Amino acid sequence: MKITFDWLKDHLDTKLKEEKLLKQLTNIGLEVESVENLSAGLDLFKVSKILKTEKHPNADRLKVCDVDVGEKEIKKVVCGAPNAREGLITIYAPPGAVVPKSKVKLVVAKIRDVISYGMLCSESELNLSDESDGITELSLKKYEKSIGKSYFSKSDSNLIDLSITPNRPDCLGVRGIARDLAASGFGKLKNLKEKKIKSITKQTLKVKINKEKNQGCSSFGSCLITNVKNNESPKWLKDKLVSIGQKPISAIVDITNYVMFDINRPLHAYDADKIEKGIVVRNSKFGEEFTALDNKSYKLDDGMCVISDGKGVLGLGGIIGGTRSGTEFNTKNILLESAYFKPRSIRSTSKKLNLDTDAKFRFERGIDPLSIEDGLNKAALLIKDICGGEISKIDIQRIETSKIKTIKFDTNLFEKITGFKISTKEMLKILEDLGFKIKKEKKYLKLTIPTWRPDISQEIDIIEELVRITGYDKIKIIDPIKERTKSTLTQSQKLFHFLQRAIASKGYLEAITWSFTDSNYNDYFKDKNKEIKIVNPISSELGVLRNSIFSNLIMYMNKNLDRGFKDLSIFEIGPIFTGSNPGEQNTVACGLSAGKRSRLSWIEKERNVDLFDVKRDVVQTLVEAGYNSDKFFIDSETPNYYHPGKSGRLFLNRGKDQIAAYFGEIHPNILKMIDIKTESLVGFEIFLDNLKLPKKTLNDQKTKFEVSDYQKSERDFAFIVNKEVKAQDLINAVSSVDKKLISNIKVFDIYEGENIPENQKSIAISVTIQSSEKTLNDNDLENINNSIIKTVENKTGAKIRS
Amino acid sequence: MSDIKNIRNDYLAKLKLSLSLEEINQIKTELFGKNGLISSQFKNIGSLQETDRKKFASDLNQIKDDLQNLITNKINEIESKKINKKLEKEKIDVTLPERSFVRGKIHPVSQTIDEISSIFSEIGFSVEEGPDIENEYNNFTALNTPDNHPARDMHDTFYLDENKEILLRTHTSPVQIRTMLKDKPPFKIIAPGRTYRSDSDQTHAPMFHQVEGLHIDKDINMGHLKGCLNYFIKEFFEVEKIKMRFRPSHFPFTEPSAEVDIGYEIKDGKIVIGEGDQWLEILGCGMVHPNVLKNVKVDPSKYQGYAFGIGIDRLSMLKYGINDLRAFFDCDYRWLNHFGFDPLDVPTNYRGLSR
Repeated sequence: MKITFDWLKDHLDTKLKEEKLLKQLTNIGLEVESVENLSAGLDLFKVSKILKTEKHPNADRLKVCDVDVGEKEIKKVVCGAPNAREGLITIYAPPGAVVPKSKVKLVVAKIRDVISYGMLCSESELNLSDESDGITELSLKKYEKSIGKSYFSKSDSNLIDLSITPNRPDCLGVRGIARDLAASGFGKLKNLKEKKIKSITKQTLKVKINKEKNQGCSSFGSCLITNVKNNESPKWLKDKLVSIGQKPISAIVDITNYVMFDINRPLHAYDADKIEKGIVVRNSKFGEEFTALDNKSYKLDDGMCVISDGKGVLGLGGIIGGTRSGTEFNTKNILLESAYFKPRSIRSTSKKLNLDTDAKFRFERGIDPLSIEDGLNKAALLIKDICGGEISKIDIQRIETSKIKTIKFDTNLFEKITGFKISTKEMLKILEDLGFKIKKEKKYLKLTIPTWRPDISQEIDIIEELVRITGYDKIKIIDPIKERTKSTLTQSQKLFHFLQRAIASKGYLEAITWSFTDSNYNDYFKDKNKEIKIVNPISSELGVLRNSIFSNLIMYMNKNLDRGFKDLSIFEIGPIFTGSNPGEQNTVACGLSAGKRSRLSWIEKERNVDLFDVKRDVVQTLVEAGYNSDKFFIDSETPNYYHPGKSGRLFLNRGKDQIAAYFGEIHPNILKMIDIKTESLVGFEIFLDNLKLPKKTLNDQKTKFEVSDYQKSERDFAFIVNKEVKAQDLINAVSSVDKKLISNIKVFDIYEGENIPENQKSIAISVTIQSSEKTLNDNDLENINNSIIKTVENKTGAKIRS
Repeated sequence: MSDIKNIRNDYLAKLKLSLSLEEINQIKTELFGKNGLISSQFKNIGSLQETDRKKFASDLNQIKDDLQNLITNKINEIESKKINKKLEKEKIDVTLPERSFVRGKIHPVSQTIDEISSIFSEIGFSVEEGPDIENEYNNFTALNTPDNHPARDMHDTFYLDENKEILLRTHTSPVQIRTMLKDKPPFKIIAPGRTYRSDSDQTHAPMFHQVEGLHIDKDINMGHLKGCLNYFIKEFFEVEKIKMRFRPSHFPFTEPSAEVDIGYEIKDGKIVIGEGDQWLEILGCGMVHPNVLKNVKVDPSKYQGYAFGIGIDRLSMLKYGINDLRAFFDCDYRWLNHFGFDPLDVPTNYRGLSR
């Protein structure tokens, strides 16, 4: 909502400076968003007269004008306007002036070899109207004696832009803002003695509101003004509208706009001669069409509230009028409409048609239903003043009467909610100033709510009014008590935070990427999930919710590789989506590692990152989080975006309940398709929701400290097995021999090739054997050796390599 | 007797000379070998008269110790000389780079969330969560923002279905609803998380982070709200004093509602929080609207309290001097490295939030 201090003073008696009022506006909840000095520099724009025009020597369409700007010196100005002619009174802008519309600062310029000192301005360039075909034409009579004077009247008033919250439609009129200021003790609300229409002629144009389901209009007030002469608005009115950034159009339209901004009462003026057989307010029928004042044609749905006549739709009630019945400069007879349209109806219609207008903005927030007559009186009398004519009596059609709302307010509630006290006397003063009618009952106040406050319906609303006007600075600070009765994080939240830092500690940079992604990228990684489309995405590249974090991560990895980084690891921990219902999401920690380890190192051997790097990161992270790696079970079934032979799936135990993680190389086909250039790209996903939370804390899990000081022995074995046999199977077989005596198993060599039969491989392991009861003798060790060999051979089909 | 003294004197003299390791070992054998001069003297002890025996044995042991110590010292001396000589050849350029070690970084938003949680933990809040996909009821209607309420326009919502019933939550406030439906009062929670609005320009991202706060009990009033936020802001920005301004505003789900501004100034191109007379809006809050409490079956005549919503990314930008919101989600390696935090840098109350 844009206002000026000057306009505010039409309604507010105050001696306070603008600056003080601005502060107070923010303090009472009418936030000042910006303050702009619109008239700064406007005094440079002078009324001037063209004395002579000559054709520009080098350009057919340009003229060189001698312009009298009230100074001794006649200015030479190059002008392209077809209407630039001798004797024309127009508006001149000197070098240094800033053109209001384009914000361009003028300079002395050479235009095709002729020097031009300043510019002659069109109305459009001055934001006076949309007229841009020629330069402004001022009336000779009015302005002949003003040559050299500033065209714009001097005003120090700033343009004040207020952010009005949606609950305060009353403050979409200057008077509402003045009322709030007055209630807070900043000035006095002026009592405007508005005149009323005194007429004996009837309003002869018939108006009917159809009683039908979901009728969006509950009352329709109107009056006829006949024999008017529509013309330009007088200067005071133009200035007023221009001062808040509005463009003057014609007296009749300007007056309706003025009343709207002044008292928040939208009006509409029809050319009464263009209305066929009276007005019917009704629901639209599907397929009806009309052309609105924005020059666009709208096709209507069923049930939109329209103003219509015998020929069809004239306009959308409370939103926008139509061109067919619009007023023009030659309009003679006007029907002035002042109606009440229901917010719900306004909102649904404007949403469907994607239409936003000043009237719609006000009606959808709620207009004072009792302002129908005030608006008609104020506007009709102004029209009569400016355009002449005869005013009819006011006609009001109603199908519902608006109810007067009352609230019982318990004054004790104020302290209970705000924590501080004000006296009942203070309360009464504030509420009265805001327009409440108050009746004191025994235990409470009976309040009649002002009709311009649709936002107020219960006691809490009254408290808000009181505390807002009293000032939020009166609220005392009560320091919080440092006490904790419940643990801050749940087990699973702790796990989240732990994994996040555990992964970062392994060289991964944490990224946060959108929860949505490009469907092309998502397709590579969605596996068996279904695509979840966003109906109204911000762009097609962000059109679906991600089924995997890889899609975004790999895209950004690629960007970083393009920046010239070769070896880097990034990860993200966050949601992936499995369906489009609330809760159909999982938390995943997903990492990606590209390039090489130890590139160009003087001391370390260079190698590509590989799946055993990410496997280590996954296993180590899980171990750090408190899971026992001895129980892990790993197989090679992975989604199709991993390399089929170089990727693995990890379970926390052999029961294979739920997948804890995947790790491995990203499928080479995907790398090819997204054209990512790196020596190697490996990644992992840890599924947090699948990690069973330990029942005990890590501290409780710690068992008694028991170690053996008896001698330990290491024995090496080499087994020849079929290629399909996994190291994990071999290790499991060995450890099953004697869990007490076998304390460690290490794979130290894998060999295929010469001396090994085809389709077989050799796995060499080192087994640590130690007893907690005695030093094992040769015999004991020999027994275990044999037992290991026998068990492994039986369970895996291996042969000990001799 | 004089025999052993002679041996002693002879050999002490010999050992004073500069000797090689071999020569010393030779002497060692001469003295202490199987038939060495000293060794054979010990064999004589038994044949001595009882009166002399004690004295002789004592002297002999003394001589033995002296010679042995001297020899050991000599050997040590030579060996350490030898090692030192060897080390002279082993000098290496220690300015060569060490073996590589990479540690990753924690994203500033994650760090900020941990800081926020740590601060609120101290005054008894626990952390709640809710899904990113919400239904229209939890995101709007239950929060006293019925269909056709103009306040819905302020949330540019992403929808997942044509009927506009399923959406990406536009704020973390639906977690209030979920929490209150799930449990019984009192409630004292914060809920950090991702939020979404279909808005994208220099200062708006389609995804951003919020933290919701909710405290409902029998007698929680606006003074508690002010106290809680005053405490939080002071702790978060790690300053002694904070300039804070509560300004009336409107949110459908709180009443009375407020927006909170903090004072700041720009000093040497850097923003200084808590000083100066510029105001910066950082959060919205208010007393939970009775309609919201009714919607979640909490009796507003018995329970009342406050709620707040804070933009996490914005806090993070202010605290860490980051000026581009879009960069948070751009995943630029250089940016992550520059603004990221060491994973060992866990914000805690006792150690302070930041180093």
